[in-house]
Amino acid sequence: MDGNVIELTYWQVLFGYIFVLFVLYILRRRAIKRESVLIIATLRMTFQLVAVGYALTLIIENPHPLLTLAVVFVMLGFAVFTVFRKFKKELTLSIKKVVAFTLPAGSLTSLAYFLFVVIRVEPYYNPQYFIPITGMIVGNSMTGITLGIHTLLNRFTDQKEAVIEALHLGATPKDASHGIVNEAFDAAIMPTVNNMLGMGIIFLPGMMTGQILSGVAPTTAIMYQIGVMLGILGGVALSTYLFLLFGYRTFFNKDAQLKTMV
Amino acid sequence: MFEIKDVEYKDVLRVKNIDVASGEIVCIVGESGGGKSTLLRLLNKSLSPTKGTIHYNGKSLAEIDSVAHRREVVYLNQKPHMFPGSLRDNLLIGLRFQQREDADDKTLYDLMKRVRLNKSLDMDVKHLSGGERQRLALARVLLLDAAVYLLDEPSSSLDDVSEDLMIETIVEFTKKENKTLVMVTHSKDQAHKHGDKVYEIQNGRQKEVS
Repeated sequence: MDGNVIELTYWQVLFGYIFVLFVLYILRRRAIKRESVLIIATLRMTFQLVAVGYALTLIIENPHPLLTLAVVFVMLGFAVFTVFRKFKKELTLSIKKVVAFTLPAGSLTSLAYFLFVVIRVEPYYNPQYFIPITGMIVGNSMTGITLGIHTLLNRFTDQKEAVIEALHLGATPKDASHGIVNEAFDAAIMPTVNNMLGMGIIFLPGMMTGQILSGVAPTTAIMYQIGVMLGILGGVALSTYLFLLFGYRTFFNKDAQLKTMV
Repeated sequence: MFEIKDVEYKDVLRVKNIDVASGEIVCIVGESGGGKSTLLRLLNKSLSPTKGTIHYNGKSLAEIDSVAHRREVVYLNQKPHMFPGSLRDNLLIGLRFQQREDADDKTLYDLMKRVRLNKSLDMDVKHLSGGERQRLALARVLLLDAAVYLLDEPSSSLDDVSEDLMIETIVEFTKKENKTLVMVTHSKDQAHKHGDKVYEIQNGRQKEVS
């Protein structure tokens, strides 16, 4: 690879928007009332990416540990609030506290290991590595915890009788929730595992494709992709495991009674 | 063993005074929906009183570890839940929840014979009728060898003849094994026939002691 990159001009990018017009035409023609959503999505994508592009340029050209940390914490904050917003009033205050603690804890542990042990970034706060990898790990951990919460909430409702029966038979809350917690963990990690199964055959991952397009040798790109994928798996598994470890307890009170029963 | 004095649970139940001594058979009678099941759940600490204190062996239930208490004072729901799997799985699950050793098949078959359930241990529970499930659930709690049994209409899904036989079996087991039994029943005749004490609960209020 010679590292040559075709720089896209604004006009070239503008040609890409023809697809939006094409989809708008189909929506109008078939009277599917989604035009305004599509227009908003297109505008938001454009402005958000332009803004982040300039912000990243500024951060990468002026690297500073505090700036890198600030970006990481903003990402984590958005991830936590995205989870809260998704479930609206379904989440109790205690389960929100668990999410606010375990999502950052799991993601940051996996991130630190990946950056400092696997890649060995120099200097340690190098935003060129720190920020995109944080985005990938935090984003996937957020999805994992969301799936875990969804399964936990559903199962504690539809398997309530089984949990109550187990408690009556002398089970601890941990043992009474064992099956539910396992199912939630499985639901959380399966999308990542399925991704790994299809990677390289069914699809080429976005990060690797991006690197190849920007002139990086495919052999280097795959090394990063494998590493990032393992980091994502670690982040998802650790965040979800921590969440479930503390999360199931929020369904019980101090007397080991199921809260929805008392 | 149990002392309940001026105990309330929300608007559902108000009990003035109930005493259960060790080795006694105490029957609770009253209309359905009157709060009898709530009383058993309070004794088993599946629920906690909103007012008043229940004492167990001289100690306030609030100070006793809930899980340890439920292992000593076992509650059988009127409509017990069956876990997916075989009859054997369902019989052993209580022991497993309590981290105790599995019982052998001979013990399980003897127990099933005791509750008049003549089925294979390998059979899937989904093939059992409502009455058979109730018998299996009874066998499951008897296997736990608890000190106190709280049984909520243990024969409600059975016909009259089977119901009488089932209650005879429970009473016989309680006396032979020197257990304490608190049983909710809709039949006043059964309650007065077997109960050392009978309490009546009407519309969530304790009526009288006989």
